[in-house]
Amino acid sequence: MEQLKTIGRELAIGSHGGWGQSKEFLDLVKSIGEARSKAEEDRIILREVESLRRRIAEPDVPRRKMKEYIIRLVYAEMLGHDASFGYIHAVKMTHDDALPLKRTGYLAVTLFLSEDHDLIILIVNTIQKDLRSDNYLVVCAALAAVCKLINEETIPAVLPQVVDLLAHPKEAVRKKAVMALHRFYQRSPASVSHLVSNFRKRLCDNDPGVMGATLCPLFDLICADVNSYKDLVISFVGILKQVAERRLPKTYDYHQMAAPFIQIKLLKILALLGSGDKQASGHMYNVLGDIFRKCEQSSNIGNAVLYESICCVSSIHPNAKLLEAAAEATSKFLKSDSHNLKYMGVDALGRLIRINPDIAEEHQLAVIDCLEDPDDTLKRKTFELLYKMTKSTNVEVIVGRMIEYMINISDNHYKTEIASRCVELAEQFAPTNEWFIQTMNKVFEHAGDLVNVRVAHNLMRLIAEGFGEDDEGAESKLRSSAVDSYLRILGEPKLPSLFLQVICWVLGEYGTADGKYPAAYIIGKLCDVTEALLCDDTVKAYAISAILKICAFEIAEGRKVEMLPECQSLIDELSTSHSTDLQQRAYELQALLCLESQAVESVMPLDASCEDIEIDKNLTFLKDFVQQSIENGATPYIPESERSGMSNVSNFKSQYQHEASSHMLRFEAYELPRPSPAHVIPHVSVPTPIADLFPVPETTCNSETSQASKLPSVAGASSAAHGIKLHLDGVQRRWGRPTYSSSSGPSSTTSTEKTTNGVTHIDGVGSQSRDKLNESRRQQPEVSAEKQKLAASLFGGSAGKTEKKATSTQRAPKGNTRNAERPGAARSRSPETSKEKAAPSVPDLLDLGEPNPTSTTIVDPFKQLEGLVGPAPMPSPLDNSVKTSGFETPDLMAAAYTDLLPSGSSSGSLSSTTTDMYSVDKTSNTATSVPSIKKGPFPQDSLRKDARARQLGVTPTGNNPNLFKDLLG
Amino acid sequence: MIHFVILISRQGKVRLTKWYSPYQQKERSTVIRELSGLILSRGPKLCNFVEWKGYKVVYRRYASLYFCMCIDPDDNELEILEIIHHFVEILDRYFGSVCELDLIFNFHKAYYILDEILIAGELQESSKKAVARLIAAQDSLVETAKEEAGSISNMISQAI
Repeated sequence: MEQLKTIGRELAIGSHGGWGQSKEFLDLVKSIGEARSKAEEDRIILREVESLRRRIAEPDVPRRKMKEYIIRLVYAEMLGHDASFGYIHAVKMTHDDALPLKRTGYLAVTLFLSEDHDLIILIVNTIQKDLRSDNYLVVCAALAAVCKLINEETIPAVLPQVVDLLAHPKEAVRKKAVMALHRFYQRSPASVSHLVSNFRKRLCDNDPGVMGATLCPLFDLICADVNSYKDLVISFVGILKQVAERRLPKTYDYHQMAAPFIQIKLLKILALLGSGDKQASGHMYNVLGDIFRKCEQSSNIGNAVLYESICCVSSIHPNAKLLEAAAEATSKFLKSDSHNLKYMGVDALGRLIRINPDIAEEHQLAVIDCLEDPDDTLKRKTFELLYKMTKSTNVEVIVGRMIEYMINISDNHYKTEIASRCVELAEQFAPTNEWFIQTMNKVFEHAGDLVNVRVAHNLMRLIAEGFGEDDEGAESKLRSSAVDSYLRILGEPKLPSLFLQVICWVLGEYGTADGKYPAAYIIGKLCDVTEALLCDDTVKAYAISAILKICAFEIAEGRKVEMLPECQSLIDELSTSHSTDLQQRAYELQALLCLESQAVESVMPLDASCEDIEIDKNLTFLKDFVQQSIENGATPYIPESERSGMSNVSNFKSQYQHEASSHMLRFEAYELPRPSPAHVIPHVSVPTPIADLFPVPETTCNSETSQASKLPSVAGASSAAHGIKLHLDGVQRRWGRPTYSSSSGPSSTTSTEKTTNGVTHIDGVGSQSRDKLNESRRQQPEVSAEKQKLAASLFGGSAGKTEKKATSTQRAPKGNTRNAERPGAARSRSPETSKEKAAPSVPDLLDLGEPNPTSTTIVDPFKQLEGLVGPAPMPSPLDNSVKTSGFETPDLMAAAYTDLLPSGSSSGSLSSTTTDMYSVDKTSNTATSVPSIKKGPFPQDSLRKDARARQLGVTPTGNNPNLFKDLLG
Repeated sequence: MIHFVILISRQGKVRLTKWYSPYQQKERSTVIRELSGLILSRGPKLCNFVEWKGYKVVYRRYASLYFCMCIDPDDNELEILEIIHHFVEILDRYFGSVCELDLIFNFHKAYYILDEILIAGELQESSKKAVARLIAAQDSLVETAKEEAGSISNMISQAI
């Protein structure tokens, strides 16, 4: 009876046109919405999960009820709670005959299960059945599940059916089948390597959607092996041309662009195919030029296509005209107001300077603005660009900037990256040893725990050996400057362990070398190191060894070593340490102190780290000893390979492995792929190795796939399958072998030779824009000297390579003092060039001032909202909305859409992307005044929704007005 | 490739999550926590992209809802931004001036729609009409099934 009642209520809600769930569920969602804190939300969900656990296990839950339970479980899982007890019910639901339930089941399992979950094996059978269904919607649902759930092991179970579906009359099914095969390729490239011809065929599908989907797997395949697909260049260019000429159905248009997503995919593919291939690139020039000409720069999607074209142009064999167009587009990006476009511009610039480094000149001030922008994302992108354009002339400034930034961030992932970049640049371009050591010190000091150990070892070696060609004097100067700096740094708290290791080692080797510091002083410092709170064993080991070395040098010199009390206590402490390594070192030190000077000198020679040690691998010096032992009756040594016992063990091991793989074989054979429906064997057949049924005809090229090496016995089966495949489908052989062609035919060395062309052209552009902008430059004469200076030191290098070494001698350690004479020199040499450099970016500077008024209007409504929301104890999104929106829901769509329309003036169009993106903030101001122009019915819509919400008992109490606002507002 | 899609409200509440790369339940929670901290705190005039653990997260705000997609570092950010907008436009067409409440109560429908747009982390269909047609076909089937379930005989057979 109770059950009937709930069903009745559900139906009642359903007939009201409500959301189709039970009151209970709506209440749950509502209470979650009202939850004031994460803890409260967790409590509610935990209660819900408990009740679901109880109810879902009851016998004879009606199917509709079960469907709702499953959706509620999805909800709980979405909010981060474990609902694994219900997974099996979701799996069961996929078996249901009714499509709505089946879909719910599939939706739930795709959300619940990862591809290696145990339950997947229970779904495979259902999926197989559904893939054969007459109803294309069932097939679609199954294919969606295939994409998420099928793993490497289960691919063979569904592969033949998915391949058959490539010829399905419904385009939606064909498209999903292509995507499923793409997924299979990602999981295990070998599994679909024989299906490449199918992808090629689908490229010519009547339906643009299927064609577009086919580009995904083709992109991956081409990434893996470019040369096998060179023949497709013409077809891709043809397709792109047609797309750009709007030959596709109108439905693929997006914001007045013709199928932009397909264009982008094609451009990506062309970039791969044209890379370092002059002939292939030649085919592309025309269509790329067309795209540059036609691309609309007022819309975001137009810029996306434009950006992809720039990437393509910078990747293929260079063409002067296209590079010019790309540079022009890039400069438009950089000069834009939108941060997004600036970001893309910086990225594009990074690609273009690889071909022609001079392009950067024009944009130097824009780049510096990006570098100093408060937006972290933009800043990091700019650092990436600087990293790409570092030379020995600007390394100091760039690395200085990087370190400055590195010190101030807390994101460890990025800190590691930027630290390793600093190290790389410093190693590659260091102008002086001193600068190198100072730089490394800074990197270690601030990111020491994040850099690679190898870097520390490199640094130690450098200090020990110098840069090689230097004379003895410079070397010792380097060492003593290192010692100086380390003794200074040791005063600072909390140095990273790796850095302390370096310091200890250097102090031990060279601390007393120049006689500047007394041994006792350095020993005292080293003892301090070990007393620090967070000193780990490795550092202690380094420190005690350093003390050992210093004592040894002192004794060898004939001086008396006075034992400091703290040093003695350190020795005492370490000789009772838990670490045997530390114990040994402490005892060694004690023993050494008792030796006479001559012995010490041979035990611990000075500067021994630089000596080459020859390793006698055959241990010839032990020969006498061995001989003697054998004479005394010891058994001779038998090499491992000749020992009989050992081989047994390894035999056993391989046997075991064999067993395991034969187990695998049965599993695989059960699901042997069958290429054509004619061959479909009743699938439930006993899991005998089907491979045996067919003669293994020829282990063709396919068998040398990775699978072969991994699972030897399985490879037999799969190659058998391939063999059959080959017989049935002759075309496959033509495309089927991915390997033979050489890896990278005409290599990319050619890319540099054409740069000269690029230079001239780009210069032309630069001067043009300079002329145009001269005026505005005069208006803003104070374009901060600071920035110009920075620009000169960053970019000046590319012009003035001659003064490379001149300044290098008196470089100050810090990057940001950035040798005052260089910018000066650059300017005095060519005053007009530096002025010209300043010119192009002037608009940026002008604009920099501009945003202020607009930004205040943008921020303001935010604050208003904050005011509405803030003081109330944590607004509940649910309630607020309902109350306010019903009456004054402004027609936000209208506002947004007017924004989206291609606006006439260029300034408007430049900012349109931003406005439409952030229109949210604006609309709260403007929306009320904007009459509903285009989308009349929407206020009513919202009213209706509001009424519905009330009907369902979602009664509003708070006042957060923005919840009910249309998302597209 | 898109690694995951997350919809979070301005208060940091999760509205929808879809994971195309394997993430454990625990990782998912940390990812959401980290990203909502990162994204919700960003000012309105900044880039719509965030670099995060070697990936990039592209986000876009609609009313009080943030749509976030995590992509590989070499993907085209502007394109992803438009894929988000494409998704929202389809939602808008489906729900009729969509609002956050629609997504809260119909998250499963939003999942179905998302499944028609993205599959395995790639854009599978860029035509709004094609997506709308398929969703409509699926919905009409659900409607008929509901009517069947509503008939008395069915109710009784279920109750027994």
